Amino acid sequence: METGNKLQRNAFALAVISGCVLIILLAQFKVINLYIQSVIMFMGINIMISTSLNLVNGNMGEFSCGHAAFLCVGAYVSSITSVLIMAPNDITGAPFLPPELAVLVFPISVFVGGVVAALAGILVALPSFKTRGDYLAIITIAVNYMVISGIENLSVVGGPRGFMGMKKVVKSMYELADIPWMMIFVALGTIFCVLIIRRYVSSTYGKGVNAICQDEIAAEIMSVNTNKVKLVTFMLSSGLCGMAGGLFAHVVGYVNPQSFNILKSTEAMVMVYLGGMGSLSGAVISAVFFTFLLELLRPLQILKWVIIPFTLVLLMQFRPEGIMGNKELTDVFPKLRKYCRFK
Amino acid sequence: MKRFLKRTALAAAVMVLAAFMLTGCGSEDENVIKIGFNIPLTGDIPKVGESSKFAAEMLLEDINSQGGVTVGGKQYKLQFLYEDNESKAESAVNVALKLIDQDGVVAIIGPNSSKQAVPAGGTANENETPMISPWSTNPDTTKDRPWVFRAAFLDPFQGPVAVNFAAKTFGAQTAAVIFDISNDYSKGLAEIFRQEWEKKMGPGSVVAFESHGTKDQDFSAQLTTIIGASPDFIFVPNNYNQVALIVKQAHDLGWQGPFMGSDAWGSAELMQLCGDDCKGQHFSTHYAAAGAKGDTKVFIERYNEKYGYTPDDVAALTWDAARLVLQAIESLDQWPSERSAQRAAIKDALGQIDEFAGVTGTMKFDDQGDPIKCAVVVRISDQGAFEFAESVCP
Repeated sequence: METGNKLQRNAFALAVISGCVLIILLAQFKVINLYIQSVIMFMGINIMISTSLNLVNGNMGEFSCGHAAFLCVGAYVSSITSVLIMAPNDITGAPFLPPELAVLVFPISVFVGGVVAALAGILVALPSFKTRGDYLAIITIAVNYMVISGIENLSVVGGPRGFMGMKKVVKSMYELADIPWMMIFVALGTIFCVLIIRRYVSSTYGKGVNAICQDEIAAEIMSVNTNKVKLVTFMLSSGLCGMAGGLFAHVVGYVNPQSFNILKSTEAMVMVYLGGMGSLSGAVISAVFFTFLLELLRPLQILKWVIIPFTLVLLMQFRPEGIMGNKELTDVFPKLRKYCRFK
Repeated sequence: MKRFLKRTALAAAVMVLAAFMLTGCGSEDENVIKIGFNIPLTGDIPKVGESSKFAAEMLLEDINSQGGVTVGGKQYKLQFLYEDNESKAESAVNVALKLIDQDGVVAIIGPNSSKQAVPAGGTANENETPMISPWSTNPDTTKDRPWVFRAAFLDPFQGPVAVNFAAKTFGAQTAAVIFDISNDYSKGLAEIFRQEWEKKMGPGSVVAFESHGTKDQDFSAQLTTIIGASPDFIFVPNNYNQVALIVKQAHDLGWQGPFMGSDAWGSAELMQLCGDDCKGQHFSTHYAAAGAKGDTKVFIERYNEKYGYTPDDVAALTWDAARLVLQAIESLDQWPSERSAQRAAIKDALGQIDEFAGVTGTMKFDDQGDPIKCAVVVRISDQGAFEFAESVCP
């Protein structure tokens, strides 16, 4: 009985994992072509971006409009790390390590990108101790601009010309074994990100985050260390986004500061508000839906930019709380509760 | 009941979306040659995408009305597929993959800006599909990529053209530069120009080197510094929309001297935005529309008649890029049946082209897939037309 229940409770997780394995197998045996694979990878990356922003904008109720800054930091740091170690380049010359180790170095470099992005998150977290709402929103936009102009003026990493060489690292992974490495890493990154956020939101810290969202002063009185909770939340959010940036850079094979401007931040915000504030499953669903819709409507060319904003207007008119509101999948379909828990 | 309806509606919507996704996979026709266009139809520079598309449409009509392309005695119909890359790097990669893997094109034209051409070039090279970028000037687009070519000359060539022309025509000793620091094209060209000018005129002869951001509208601070340094002319390697503002504001601040521009000035929209202020200025570019002769003249007149405006350099370069691919195809003895063989044959044929007479001048490719071709310097006439002033060859 006990094992049966356990199996049932984990059924959803098993379904997700087997779904990922299925996609990887389909990619391996060339059932789905490279284009569809690439769309699926961008879906995974967008899930990481939207769930990590949801932590701040949804769960904590702050208003961060500069999420792309952390994507940028993560993308650049992980690209530079992996290229410096694994590929011939202008700065250190020959690679330090043999190409066989790319499989190990790549995830490490993505992780390093995440860590540095988390440190960059302090830039937003510290001002958030004193301000919130619209004022913090302006600070986050400022951080976005600071990061972009900083990189544009660093000619060591190419300035506005952008930085490349990551494809060599990715290529040496494929030379080691011909399996869809990037798909595997994106899947791992996505699962890691969603899992961490789920654990975090349901932890004591997560309760503090929700308390700050409801009423910061009351939370402070109820002995929530608001500054600490904010610092950790901002750092976690930007760190996970930085990891998404690292994956993004290696999938595209080229980074350029203007790819991470305010428009990218807006895209992230659209995904969060589309999914519903504070809903983890909503953020995942909306990231998948949004990426899919963008690709699907590509043949419509200019009309696409009439249809997508119009869809958003309609959605906000008839369902202002977003696809999921602040509910999780288990709240909408209570029967699912038998198979998984989101909170 | 309501709930049931809601869920059914949701399921139906999902199925319709999925059906949409699958309609892309049509049946293959052996008598059709497909070429893909990876162009920015929306985003920052939609006019560039539109020019590319218009030029391509015109070429397609020409070829198909004659029955198609002839390879090895057999005629094949042409099909052009236009995909929008939204002027974004990641979209350009997706579009390239879609064209290569889903649509099965034999060659790709585009993307136009380097921001998209560098990553898309990598994708095309990896998947062994020939790609020609009409407009990209970043050396990385084609560097070490045997499958990637371009139709435009590079900045290291364009910089000296501007330097020599300004020194000779304006009799200038000192120069000032204003450029867009967020735009790799503008920044790169500004740096090459400074280096070349100081090599020619001695250190310190570039008296002001001022930068601004992409979205800036007010350039008076930079222009005041420049005018204060009293250079003999101002070099403005900027996009046409900024050029209009910079030239106007400089005139408002009392600047009377000449401006020298680069190929990003050459848009059909420049004169609408800039008006009288730009008349009499010079810029280096790929071709001169006013006073053109031969094929170029025919191209310009037909384009003008069809779409109602003089084609800009992107239109002309796209026309040339597409015709390069067609010439490569036509030079083959026979059209291979396998798609990978078709792509490889086109790549090899492109590299072997001895001389290609395009509307932007004659050219051929060097080892890196960059063209060897002449640049022209254009004067903006009092009627607002781009008149030929001088031709500079490598």
